[in-house]
Amino acid sequence: MRLLTALLILLAAPLVAQSGMPPAPYAYTQLEDPALEAEATALMETLRCLKCQSQSIADSDAPMAGDMRHQVRSRLLAGESPDEVRDWLTQRYGDYVSYEPTVSATTWPLFAIPLLLLALVGLVLLRRLGRRGTDEDAEA
Amino acid sequence: MIAELGHAALWLATALAVLQMVAGGLGLRAGNEAIVALARPAAVVQAFLATLAFLLLLYAFAITDLSIKLVATNSHSMKPFIYKLTGTWGNHEGSMLLWVAVLALSGGLLAGLERRLPEKTMSATLSVQGFVALGFYTFLLISSNPFERLPLPAPEGSGLNPLLQDIGLAIHPPTLYIGYVGLSVAFSLCMGALITKQVTPDFAKVMRPWVLGAWVFLTFGITAGSYWAYYELGWGGWWFWDPVENASLMPWLAATALLHSVSVLAARDALRTWTIMLGVLAFSMSMLGTFLVRSGVITSVHAFAVDPERGSFILALLGLYIGGSLIIFAMRAGHIAEGKRFSATSREGALVFNNVMLSAILAIVLLGTLYPVFTEVFDVRVSVGPPYFNPAGAIFAIPMFVVMAVGPLLRWKDDKPQRIQFEMLLLAAIAITVIALVAFFGSYDILPLLGLAFAAALGVASLLPLRGRKLSRVPTATWGMVMAHFGVAVSLFGMASESAFTSEKLAAVSAGGQEEVAGWTIELQSVDPIAGPNWTAVEARIIATRADGDGVLLTPQARNFWAPSQATSESALLTTWDGQLYAVIGDQAGVDANGNPRWQLRVWWKPFVTFIWYGGLLIAFGGVLSIIGRLQVDLKRRSAAKRGKERRDDVEALGGNAAPEPAE
Repeated sequence: MRLLTALLILLAAPLVAQSGMPPAPYAYTQLEDPALEAEATALMETLRCLKCQSQSIADSDAPMAGDMRHQVRSRLLAGESPDEVRDWLTQRYGDYVSYEPTVSATTWPLFAIPLLLLALVGLVLLRRLGRRGTDEDAEA
Repeated sequence: MIAELGHAALWLATALAVLQMVAGGLGLRAGNEAIVALARPAAVVQAFLATLAFLLLLYAFAITDLSIKLVATNSHSMKPFIYKLTGTWGNHEGSMLLWVAVLALSGGLLAGLERRLPEKTMSATLSVQGFVALGFYTFLLISSNPFERLPLPAPEGSGLNPLLQDIGLAIHPPTLYIGYVGLSVAFSLCMGALITKQVTPDFAKVMRPWVLGAWVFLTFGITAGSYWAYYELGWGGWWFWDPVENASLMPWLAATALLHSVSVLAARDALRTWTIMLGVLAFSMSMLGTFLVRSGVITSVHAFAVDPERGSFILALLGLYIGGSLIIFAMRAGHIAEGKRFSATSREGALVFNNVMLSAILAIVLLGTLYPVFTEVFDVRVSVGPPYFNPAGAIFAIPMFVVMAVGPLLRWKDDKPQRIQFEMLLLAAIAITVIALVAFFGSYDILPLLGLAFAAALGVASLLPLRGRKLSRVPTATWGMVMAHFGVAVSLFGMASESAFTSEKLAAVSAGGQEEVAGWTIELQSVDPIAGPNWTAVEARIIATRADGDGVLLTPQARNFWAPSQATSESALLTTWDGQLYAVIGDQAGVDANGNPRWQLRVWWKPFVTFIWYGGLLIAFGGVLSIIGRLQVDLKRRSAAKRGKERRDDVEALGGNAAPEPAE
């Protein structure tokens, strides 16, 4: 199903650039340090490829995703923390680029509603399972 | 002629849906028997007509009839035959026709086969089913006619997206649609029972095979879709909390809750209103999923706003059916008692707890899927992805897995936790041991770690209901439960293992070059151009060797399709018992020191990743066993009743008092 809608965007912007500029150095090259590369992978998996339909930059062949992977890897290599890289990217491209929403004026319901849900679940369970005697078998 | 026949069949089916709706509705009052008797045949003939319409479209695609607009815009004469066929539902109109055909078919099966319900309830059910079908026929005929002709036949078709030219398209959408639409029968049965106040264990027994059947297809469809995305997209991802994936997960979550609830109703006459609510919820989620995928609202709210006809139509249907069912529910809820009581520490208690957890997970998925759509209306774009869904879902999934482990060990109605003290301690010990072992050997994220622990404990727990029983006497349905729960553990293990232990290798390699990944040696032998029926490609020949084993040849391809023009990666997979090696060839990347071209290779070693889908298959298979078990019991009961009746008749005949009545 994901493929079915993916095609709409794909048709408009073919995934792989057939020619043109070679990809940036770190687009398809891993970092030497495995720990740093693991950090980079974890970060890239939570960043949106802006040219694709529902893909992270860690799984896209779009040239722009390659450029962003290069940015992520080279910035981590230069000593920035993953959060700093994410901030830099969201400043450039907006919140839309990050799959990890943070609490803000526009996203607070994403965090408030699960808390409400938690309370609701507690209430439902308490009402349904709480104060019932075992011997009352009468139908309501 | 084909298109006109199909179009006419659809209109006739629509008329029959009206008849079915009206005739079934009249069944609620006495005195209309002649008309009411038409409801069943109307449903059966309708099923025939809608299936015929679908087969005619299939035929049009098979012969690439380019005078039909849908074929011309979605097919191509040079496409391999199998993809001509599957291309029938690789587009909006065709997939909606499949949806409607399955809807009519399940309605026809219900009308043709179901004889256990009281006639009145059955009439009301068929009426609701006709009403639902009518809405979707109208949608198809007014805004998505698949049989529209072109004024002049096109010289050639525009082709099908290459990502869809895969056997995955043959399996995934049809199974998923059967699941989606099978839930419509559960919905109609719930409404029928509610209208005629017949929410009884007998009704639950009638509904259970439908829910189980739909759920099996949903499970299988989601599993197949996940594996398809995994190998076809070329990056080894199997679930991304993509809105379209979520659209298929939400009905599954609701159906899972529903099938447990309906079992409680059948066995214990408890959870009556709960079952009805879940029945409404499950089909609502099916329709919502159809709306999300079919309206284009996910791709962009603005695209939806530019061409809102289809989206608004489905949205209106959604409002009509959900709103209508909630009104009926509100009017009838007072008449439906909640049913038998039970204590918190009972099997019903555990099932209620997990149904609440499943519903909460469903709410989280719904929120995370709809919220970005909602903010986009106000021109604020946010993304909600795995970093949100995973932890938010885990809040409810973790207690659910705990209760799922012990629930089947509890007795119905009331039980003492002390009775299963040993089992609980055993499971806790397993989970803690796994966490300690894995955490000792490496540092992993908390969720994969918990996933591994729960997988081990759940795997053992799912087998515990068999302990101390004679295996040959365990009912088939119980085997089904054991199998499905074990499948959840297997799948969970695969997911956790994949996210914790995957190794990745990206490299630019020239022919003869070697790379290492997780104990595998990858040697690129050569890269050659090859051609297929509607594509050209470069194919890499890669030899993968592990330790001192034999080398295995892998041939990933980078394909370029020419109708439509698009590139895809065909990954090559090497499956072993303990995981999968996943290889992809990318673009050319410069030359090496000797002037030979280098190629981008991406290789992953994904330990036990296949268990994700083995688990999915086990879950679906458990559902099948459960259906078989229930049918066995039902047939046994029927034949026993028949024999009893025959014996009584014989006795009567011997007495010579009355002529023997024909046995049923």
